[in-house]
Amino acid sequence: MGAWLDEPLTWGDALAVFLWAVLFLLIVLGFVTYAIYYERKVIGWMQLRVGPNRVGPFGLLQTVADIFKLLIKEDTIPRKADRLLFVIAPALAFIPAFSVLAVIPYTEKLYFADLNVGLLYYVALSGITTLAIVLGGWASNNKYALLGGMRSAAQMISYEVPLVISVTGVILLSGSLNLRDIVAAQDGGWFWNWNLFPQIIGFVVFIIAAVSELNRTPFDLPEAESELVAGYHVEYSGFRFAFFMLAEYVYVYAIAALTTVLFLGGWHAPAPFLDVVPGILWFLLKFAFVVFSLFWIRASFPRVRVDQLMSLGWKVLLPVALLNVFLTALYLELFVK
Amino acid sequence: MDHYVNHYVVVAIFIVLGILLPVVALTVGRLLRPHKPTDPKQSTYESGNEPVGEGQVKFNIRYYLFALMFVIFDVETVFLYPWAVAYNKLGLFVLVEMIIFAGMLLIGLLYAWKKRVLKWI
Repeated sequence: MGAWLDEPLTWGDALAVFLWAVLFLLIVLGFVTYAIYYERKVIGWMQLRVGPNRVGPFGLLQTVADIFKLLIKEDTIPRKADRLLFVIAPALAFIPAFSVLAVIPYTEKLYFADLNVGLLYYVALSGITTLAIVLGGWASNNKYALLGGMRSAAQMISYEVPLVISVTGVILLSGSLNLRDIVAAQDGGWFWNWNLFPQIIGFVVFIIAAVSELNRTPFDLPEAESELVAGYHVEYSGFRFAFFMLAEYVYVYAIAALTTVLFLGGWHAPAPFLDVVPGILWFLLKFAFVVFSLFWIRASFPRVRVDQLMSLGWKVLLPVALLNVFLTALYLELFVK
Repeated sequence: MDHYVNHYVVVAIFIVLGILLPVVALTVGRLLRPHKPTDPKQSTYESGNEPVGEGQVKFNIRYYLFALMFVIFDVETVFLYPWAVAYNKLGLFVLVEMIIFAGMLLIGLLYAWKKRVLKWI
């Protein structure tokens, strides 16, 4: 991708980029389809069930069938709802989820946009999804939806702060916000050069905050089926509902890719003699491992209580994340300079 | 300069695609899905009961306090990021300055903690 972006852009090139992006969108949709299938299978196995196994061989077409079912369901908008905002909210949840993927580098050559402010771009855009959730909850004109939306927003903003501060340590070590430079700074041949080990505190805070940002178990209070009525999307049906779910799973992709880039060395092999394996395979392996871990966490932990949730975010994760920033800065001051 | 602008063109293409997918999917869906609105179907959902009063009820002030805290600490990160990028070129002095800055915000956090803002009731 990268090389011909250095020259002035012609319409032909722009069209080519557009087609590549469409292809990428289809890949992401394919990922979402099979991530849902895989998640249900993995959690099924962990709970000694078989998981989906009826539609297609091994149940492989289950999610496809679900998507078509959602597509042909009637789209009901409540009479009292604020129609315009109600219609905008699901799209607004999805747009930033897909847009943040533009800055993820997969290998040295394979990336879409190489922004100097890549990490800042990611953090800034992913924050917009919170707005869509508040908007959806408010526009539904439903008590459950409104309270679910407010709870969801409170949780997401509380965990966004430790999330963005926990990556500051990575920025300190690599001296750049550019995601390609951050991966390049982790190149030392061996796996202990990855940010995972020097930034272990930041990594732990990042993963906890990321799981919470994704609204996944153990932090799935906004949509805790067994205690609330669905939450902010209670009034949504059919494909509008599907877009909220789609945004959530696109964020699973985004967070897994970002974790790989920031902490797991991106496309670098764990040892010098493993360099023969192409970088993209290493990236995909690490990416798949992070995705699996997210499902694993979901199958293993019980849901936290709402009071524990807020205390953990503000009283534990935020001070620890700040401490990590200054420890890293002090380390750089004393041992590197 | 071209290098710089072109990458933002890519970002713009991604945003356009992000807008196009919901528009296209919902337009195609319109041809496939039934549209038979009835009065009970369009009423607000309240676990099967007749909805009582307004949907947009008053909610807890606590949410505003969290929003306020969020703004304060998110602005802090706006200062932290450029500081972190430039840190290798700067000296011990800026580290001390940043510690003072973060320390002042931490005092704010402790105050909120003491005032039981962080406690969910």
